[in-house]
Amino acid sequence: MIDQLAESRNYLNDDYRFRSWLLTTDHKRIAIMYMISITLFFFVGGAAAVLFRLELMTPKGDLVLAETYNKLFTLHGVIMVWFFLIPSIPTVLGNFLLPLMIGARDLAFPKLNLLSWYIFMLGGAVTVWSIVAGGADTGWTFYTPYSSTYANTNVILMAVGVFISGFSSILTGLNFIVTTHTMRAPGMTWFRLPLFVWAHYATSVIFVLATPVLAITLFLIVLERGFGIGIFDPKLGGDPLLFQHLFWFYSHPAVYIMVLPSMGVVSEIIPCFARNRIFGYKFIAFSSLAIAVIGFLVWGHHMFVSGQSMYASMVFSFMSMLVAVPSAVKVFNWTATLYKGSISLETPMLYSLGFIGLFTLGGLTGLFLAALAVDVHVTDTYFVVAHFHYIMVGGAVMGYLGGLHFWWPKMTGRIYPEWWGRLSAGIIFFGFNLTFFPQFVLGYLGMPRRVHQYVDDFQVLNVMSSAGASILGVGYLLPLAYLIWSLRYGKRADPNPWHAKGLEWQTPSPPPKLNFTQTPIVTEEAYNYPPAPAPKKQAMS
Amino acid sequence: MNHGFQLLPEQASSIASRVDALYFFLLGIAGFFTLLIFFAIVFLVVYYRRSAIRDRTISYNGRSWILETTWIAIPLAITMAIFAWGADLYFDLRTMPPGAIDIQVVGKQWMWKIQHPQGRSEIDQLHVPLGQPVRLHMVSEDVIHSFYIPAFRVKMDVLPDRYSSLWFEATKPGTYNLFCAEYCGTGHADMSGSVVVMQPAEYAAWLAGGESQPPVMAGEELFTRFRCNTCHFQGGQPRCPSLANLFGQPVRLSDGRTVTADEVYLRESVLNPAAKVVAGFQPVMPTYQGQLSEEQIFQLIQYIKSLSIMPAATNETAPVVSPGQSTSVDAVPAQGAPANSSKSND
Repeated sequence: MIDQLAESRNYLNDDYRFRSWLLTTDHKRIAIMYMISITLFFFVGGAAAVLFRLELMTPKGDLVLAETYNKLFTLHGVIMVWFFLIPSIPTVLGNFLLPLMIGARDLAFPKLNLLSWYIFMLGGAVTVWSIVAGGADTGWTFYTPYSSTYANTNVILMAVGVFISGFSSILTGLNFIVTTHTMRAPGMTWFRLPLFVWAHYATSVIFVLATPVLAITLFLIVLERGFGIGIFDPKLGGDPLLFQHLFWFYSHPAVYIMVLPSMGVVSEIIPCFARNRIFGYKFIAFSSLAIAVIGFLVWGHHMFVSGQSMYASMVFSFMSMLVAVPSAVKVFNWTATLYKGSISLETPMLYSLGFIGLFTLGGLTGLFLAALAVDVHVTDTYFVVAHFHYIMVGGAVMGYLGGLHFWWPKMTGRIYPEWWGRLSAGIIFFGFNLTFFPQFVLGYLGMPRRVHQYVDDFQVLNVMSSAGASILGVGYLLPLAYLIWSLRYGKRADPNPWHAKGLEWQTPSPPPKLNFTQTPIVTEEAYNYPPAPAPKKQAMS
Repeated sequence: MNHGFQLLPEQASSIASRVDALYFFLLGIAGFFTLLIFFAIVFLVVYYRRSAIRDRTISYNGRSWILETTWIAIPLAITMAIFAWGADLYFDLRTMPPGAIDIQVVGKQWMWKIQHPQGRSEIDQLHVPLGQPVRLHMVSEDVIHSFYIPAFRVKMDVLPDRYSSLWFEATKPGTYNLFCAEYCGTGHADMSGSVVVMQPAEYAAWLAGGESQPPVMAGEELFTRFRCNTCHFQGGQPRCPSLANLFGQPVRLSDGRTVTADEVYLRESVLNPAAKVVAGFQPVMPTYQGQLSEEQIFQLIQYIKSLSIMPAATNETAPVVSPGQSTSVDAVPAQGAPANSSKSND
């Protein structure tokens, strides 16, 4: 990295000592530390998926024991949800970009930001410890009374790990909210904010309001297991269904924590590669808030067959239908942004268009699950598994990878090899669909989730799914390889390689330690791409 | 069962084709919008590719709100239609039909224990007659399970210490998969079995093949063995409310509330008698928590039900099934408890 004397001082070469990283309060360095951490967690969670997709190649439970299988899917869910998906975009891209995008030097509370990384790592360490010590087998949902009374595995330890990591989310959310309110550069009015910031604002509201409920719920699990306080134990007058209400009050909004930041990323990338102002800025901004608010009122749609009152189920179904509307509004607006654009298909754009496709399918299959009578048949089957992977992997991970590629030159000062990028985007899109589309069919046929063996009729579709998973795995390993490669061998990036709008592109790549040499003044709307009457010179097609 | 590759499970219940109709409607909606977005993106990306020379001047003249309103209104209308359709069907799924055969299901790690009203028991298998509504009356001994028959499109969680119920009417003879759909521990994947749909005559013959005691009679024995009869007898003791004609009736409690004497109430009154004390009585009854298995509680409740003269008022009868009788269920109200009919007429 120091091979060129001409290279200016930036946040990466400012100080090379190890402790300068571990004690940094620079939001950009903390973002990089988060990136390395969640990448490790991603491949741990992915390894578990490889094992159970191998098991599911055959109807018999012949590769791993039932106990092992149950621990594998628990590990996969816990690691992927709390240690990859939820932190992914907010703590990496959000941390790095939020201050840059609003023209600030850092987040409002830089030390709190560093603390949140340490809390996250502590939570992660406890969770990994619980796995090394034998793992837990409750599923990531920790349903009582199985988790509280019957499971014989390391439930307490794992719950404590997740409990701890939750505080990191709360601190990050708090930091983002205060930063957005107080640190905007002169001229950066609310409606000039990039939609990425709006999306992170909505996400942060959920972080702050929902995560404490998760903390309370997990704490109650620990109390119940450790001391038998009886809150979820019917024999002591408790109610196991209460757990489901508490858990989903957090965990449904958590789905929006995962997908809203992705929507923010896509809202940045599409205007840039269509060279067009985003269509319906305010509709996209307010639909993020609408999703965050309505998303708090739909948790009961996970409980249509749980014994919850029939009329409560109807209300939750109704609210779930409503939350579909702002999601649809976003999809239509992104598509309309392409109209009369000047479109090129670099890697970030491919990921973004892939995001729209997969998110659309994930959202539409959500209607099947919100429709009461159909949900009765498909809930707790592979249909649900397929649906939430379309949202959480097809949506959130595609958005994360798209954003990572888009801002990689800004974060590292290097350009990755474009053709490898496009190839991996294509492989991931294909592998993803081959993995998860057959699971919709499996679910409607009635294959329950969380089983290591199944009836023979389901084999063909399971083999298709496992084959897709192997392709998907290759797709995920490729960026790991070429992005690392680019750190040393990639071309140097100029400040604005995509000719994008937005303050983060007006400072060098990588940015200097304090982001801007002088505080920027904002004089125009976001995405003010100049009209393109004729084909541009930098055309890639 | 062995149809190899298929895209839909069999339709073997009266509700299955109705659920599938909504499913196909949803598939149509999902397919339409997926293709709409897909082709719109492909067209726009190709047509407005950077190298193409196109007119790119945009002038919405402030009329983009028309577009926005349209694509808010159309999804809203569609989702509301889906909501109404799904809710209507759900109402039918969750409303128990009159005159159903009452079969008891106890879930435990990791098996389904099933008992028919005439007494025959089975494990991980459920035999039901064709063309008659069947109501499963379910409870779990340990964790939450979920009783799922894909071919019938029905599923219901089975909870510890709390009754839940499920109904269906089988429309096609055959053997169908039965799964536990709620993760319940190590043996979750083993907690599956089959549902056998038989002609009513075969079902009657099958019922006669077992040698178990009908739950009503077992309940009567328990009632005596646990000395319930020393207090609770018809109009007898002033210390205890009478159980005759109790089932399905409103009960006034000492705290002023009124509850219906259904299975949930009776169960609670056996296990936790002090929770709901009948107005005018003292909470003197001891708890039977831990002394009775779920099956025994079921049997006691069946016995208490049989003490009612007019069970048809709540349609909780468990009629004896015999060939050709399937349509005249309500005409033989007390048949479910032949051994006790004389007592209930005291």
